[in-house]
Amino acid sequence: MNTALSWIKAYVPELSCTDQEYADVMTLTGTKVETYERLDRNLEKIVIGQIQKIEKHPDADKLIVCQVDIGGETIQIVTGAPNVKEGDKVPVVLDGGKVAGGHDGGPLPEGGIEIKAGKLRGVPSNGMMCSIEELGSSREMYPEAPEMGIYIFPEDAKVGTDAVEALGLRDTVFEYEITSNRVDCYSVLGVAREAAAAFKKPFHAPKVEVKANNGKVEDYISVEVEDKELCPRYCARVCTNIKIGPSPKWMQLRLAASGIRPINNLVDITNYVMEEYGQPMHAFDLDTVAGHKIIVRRAKDGGVFQTLDGQMRNLDGDMLMICDAEKEIGIAGIMGGENSKITDEVKTVLFEAATFNGANIRKSAKRLGLRTDASGIFEKGLDPRNAQAAIDRACQLIQELGCGEVVDGMVDVCVPLPELRKIKFDKDRINALLGTDVSEKEMEEIFARLELVLETESDGTKVLTIPSFRQDLEGIADIAEEVARFYGYDKIPMTLPSGEATTGKLPFKLRIEQKARDIAEYCGFSQGMCYSFESPKVFDKLLLDRDDVQRNAITIANPLGEDFSIMRTISLNGMLTSLATNYNRRNKDVRLYELGNIYLPKSLPLHELPDERMQFTLGMYGEGDFFTMKGVIEEFFESIGMMQKPGYDPKAGKNFLHPGRQAAIRYADKVIGYLGEVHPEVCDNYDIKTKVYVAVLDMPAILPFATFDRKYTGVARFPAISRDISMVVPKEILVGDIEAMIAQRGGKILEDYKLFDIYEGSQIREGFKSVAYSITFRAKDRTLEDADVTAVMKKILNGLEGMGIELRS
Amino acid sequence: MKERLEQLKAEALRQIEASDALEKLNEVRVSFLGKKGELTGVLKGMKDVAPEERPKVGQLVNDTREQIEKVLEEAIRKMEKAAREAQMRAEVIDVTLPAKKSTVGHRHPNTIAMEEVERIFVGMGYEVVEGPEIETDYYNFEALNIPADHPAKDEQDTFYIGGDFLLRTQTSGTQVHEMEKGKVPIRMLAPGRVFRSDEVDATHSPSFHQIEGLVIDKHITFADLKGTLAEFAKELFGEETKVKFRPHHFNFTEPSAEMDVSCFKCGGSGCRFCKGSGWIEILGCGMVHPNVLRMSKIDPEEYTGFAFGIGLERIALLKYEIDDMRLLYENDVRFLKQF
Repeated sequence: MNTALSWIKAYVPELSCTDQEYADVMTLTGTKVETYERLDRNLEKIVIGQIQKIEKHPDADKLIVCQVDIGGETIQIVTGAPNVKEGDKVPVVLDGGKVAGGHDGGPLPEGGIEIKAGKLRGVPSNGMMCSIEELGSSREMYPEAPEMGIYIFPEDAKVGTDAVEALGLRDTVFEYEITSNRVDCYSVLGVAREAAAAFKKPFHAPKVEVKANNGKVEDYISVEVEDKELCPRYCARVCTNIKIGPSPKWMQLRLAASGIRPINNLVDITNYVMEEYGQPMHAFDLDTVAGHKIIVRRAKDGGVFQTLDGQMRNLDGDMLMICDAEKEIGIAGIMGGENSKITDEVKTVLFEAATFNGANIRKSAKRLGLRTDASGIFEKGLDPRNAQAAIDRACQLIQELGCGEVVDGMVDVCVPLPELRKIKFDKDRINALLGTDVSEKEMEEIFARLELVLETESDGTKVLTIPSFRQDLEGIADIAEEVARFYGYDKIPMTLPSGEATTGKLPFKLRIEQKARDIAEYCGFSQGMCYSFESPKVFDKLLLDRDDVQRNAITIANPLGEDFSIMRTISLNGMLTSLATNYNRRNKDVRLYELGNIYLPKSLPLHELPDERMQFTLGMYGEGDFFTMKGVIEEFFESIGMMQKPGYDPKAGKNFLHPGRQAAIRYADKVIGYLGEVHPEVCDNYDIKTKVYVAVLDMPAILPFATFDRKYTGVARFPAISRDISMVVPKEILVGDIEAMIAQRGGKILEDYKLFDIYEGSQIREGFKSVAYSITFRAKDRTLEDADVTAVMKKILNGLEGMGIELRS
Repeated sequence: MKERLEQLKAEALRQIEASDALEKLNEVRVSFLGKKGELTGVLKGMKDVAPEERPKVGQLVNDTREQIEKVLEEAIRKMEKAAREAQMRAEVIDVTLPAKKSTVGHRHPNTIAMEEVERIFVGMGYEVVEGPEIETDYYNFEALNIPADHPAKDEQDTFYIGGDFLLRTQTSGTQVHEMEKGKVPIRMLAPGRVFRSDEVDATHSPSFHQIEGLVIDKHITFADLKGTLAEFAKELFGEETKVKFRPHHFNFTEPSAEMDVSCFKCGGSGCRFCKGSGWIEILGCGMVHPNVLRMSKIDPEEYTGFAFGIGLERIALLKYEIDDMRLLYENDVRFLKQF
């Protein structure tokens, strides 16, 4: 909300402070000032001058030479402006002064434009007459200003006085951020009331007295509200003998500062009252209202209505309409109809000030795609008492501005107004909540400034009566905030919570995730972050089968486009997209990891919360291969106490991985993830023209195996014995199978086994490979004898032979 | 015999003196002191010495042996030292050549900031918890005193899934989950991902992170809230940091506030970073609204509490002077490597 400070001061005349003080104090009491701007910025040494004489420039057809009285002195000014004549009173910037902008009305330069005496085509010019654009404003705000030319003051302007003041530009416009609970502060009066309380100055609300004629409003209009839930109050008044014309300058200036373009006295009055009271109003031409009757009811589904901006609007049964005896004439709270709009020929005006259901207005405006100033205010839910105050104010202004005659009385269709809210006052509760020691007297003063009435009831309890415009005050906590705001948030002490000590901790899951980050980073992987939503096209990009269960994704009803429309069921797309970004930017040897959820629905559509599963995803290209990735995974497992050897099943069944280079990762016979080389077709789909390796670990599956417990098992004291074996192995037997056999048959004394050679080629016959292992034995309690080892080795070798493996000598 | 020994000694010393390599010194040792060496030979001749003379001669042989050994060892030590020095002279390197770094990965700036915040609050006795990212309307709105018709629930802010389900717009729902566990006192910190339907640009992302804090106990005051968050700000931004609390409005707290910290770039004098104000807005906070306590079965007559919500990206962007939020989700390693 933008408002000129002068308008605030109209209700708080004793307010006296600098702009910065005002901004600070208002912000610290809860009416946040976003910015403020002086309207006289870069306007220096500008006075009202009167043109005494105009002569032609001797050397230039388009220039004239003016003698201008600037109050007790006459100066010569050369100008090219076409619109001035002798006797005109104009703004004159003197030698050494400044204007805000150029005559073309373009963007204002930061430091303004300095004006110096000089010569124009050889003729001395000692100043400049200004257009409204040069004064930093526009014809929008000063409709009387000429197009392309010098601004001309009314005849009663005083020569030699400050022209900036006369234009009403000695003012500052403040922009406020009003919080959604303070509906009352979306009005000048609301902000002024806050300013008065903040600066401890008296607040003077406008005195509203309407001098009405002898007519009776009931003779002009009747009102029927069919849907009282959507329209708790409808006030109507009538003004006759309307004379349309411009509104007075003071009103135009206030509206202009608020960003509202002055139009004519009638429109300006409704806008003025909306700004001042925060109550939108509507004016109908009564002669267009059939049967002189207003009916407030819901629209018919499928109806169409032309609003006063000429657009056709589609209606539905949840929209509230203002109708006359025959037809719809306005969409309640949003916009009036083309069929009843005010024209310059209007004779009799019907004013409407109503209270509508805020949520209904908001939803209707949204469905219509038509959010107006009025609907923006109505949707916050207004105080029904304010409607009457506003309509009376509008009538008063009609009368005071000589715009028409006010018909006596008001048609008021209203559900019983809610009682004023009462809140029990308890000084100690407030201090206990705030941690302060504010005295009751001090609190009482704050309440008085906020128009909260404190009374002691017969039983001695103290009760605050809340004015109707403070709908936000519901309980003692709200009252505590009022006390805090005006006592000063900055004066509340800073303490630390006392009471029972609690242990700070990070849950096990997060500690494991921290470990995952540590290990990934030790291994050269940097952490990426990916979106949780993605495009349904990723399933095809990843070559998932038509009936793959991972295609069952949760869909967002209102996504930011298709690319963000489903909740991911697989973490790979984010990883591959990130790798592709790096690849396209020619980053070499990229290693990334991500910890983020996938979302697996238990049923679709959702009937219960989905399974959110944290995925530890690693991806890399450049240096390293499948086994590098495998090493990272095993490093992670060991770091979280998973000491068993993980199993790798080459039949992982992942379409997006190379069919011969993929493995499901098993631990204690449970699949806990997979790794592999990305399928070349998938790489093509992501425009990555190199080999990519990925691993995905399902953290919830890992957690049951993870532990930070460690037990010291002793450092070996007795010597180890190693045996090397060399085998010719059928190609289809995996070294994993060989290892499983060694582990199974090795018994207690088996300490370790290491693959030290694997070879396929010319010396080995077709369909076989040569594999060599070094096996180490050690006993904890004695030095092993050769015989111990030979016995175990025999078992192992028998087992291996049973698998069809030949031993080489 | 004595002369023979003197002679041997003199010869040994001469040869030691003349040796220019360790092997030669070894040869000297073998030829004089070895099993078949000269001195051993002398000892073998003891049988010809009169028995009463033998101890004396034995002594003499041992003395000679010791003397030769001593000189020999000294010579070896010197030579080894010289050899090592020569080797080291040959091994001089240019220490200004480029470093060979091990390739270590980097944490995401968001995570660094998050872990920093967690560390501070865990130190103050807070337990870190998590809540679901897909939530029901009740936890995201209703239980937080955001009634059915509140504008924040409007489609423009919230991603809806259908039925009662939505993507959480704030981590505040974890407050409710925590309170519903029925255990007080509570000191909780809940970091997590949240979603709002904002188009992606330099300052907006449809997905970002918040850190929610909640304290519930008897006698918790607004002063406690101020003190706690002032401590936090000092820990995070430095001991000199000042804080300012401005009244604000959140449905689930009353009184509510926004906290600004003195600009950590200019210290409060005003700069481009704080847009000249000297202050930077950091978080929203307030005393837990009695309605929220009541809905979560905590008696507001007995317990009070405070809550706060920190925008993690805001902290990360400010702390690391990152000027475009999109960088956080691009995962370009040249960006990530800087943290």
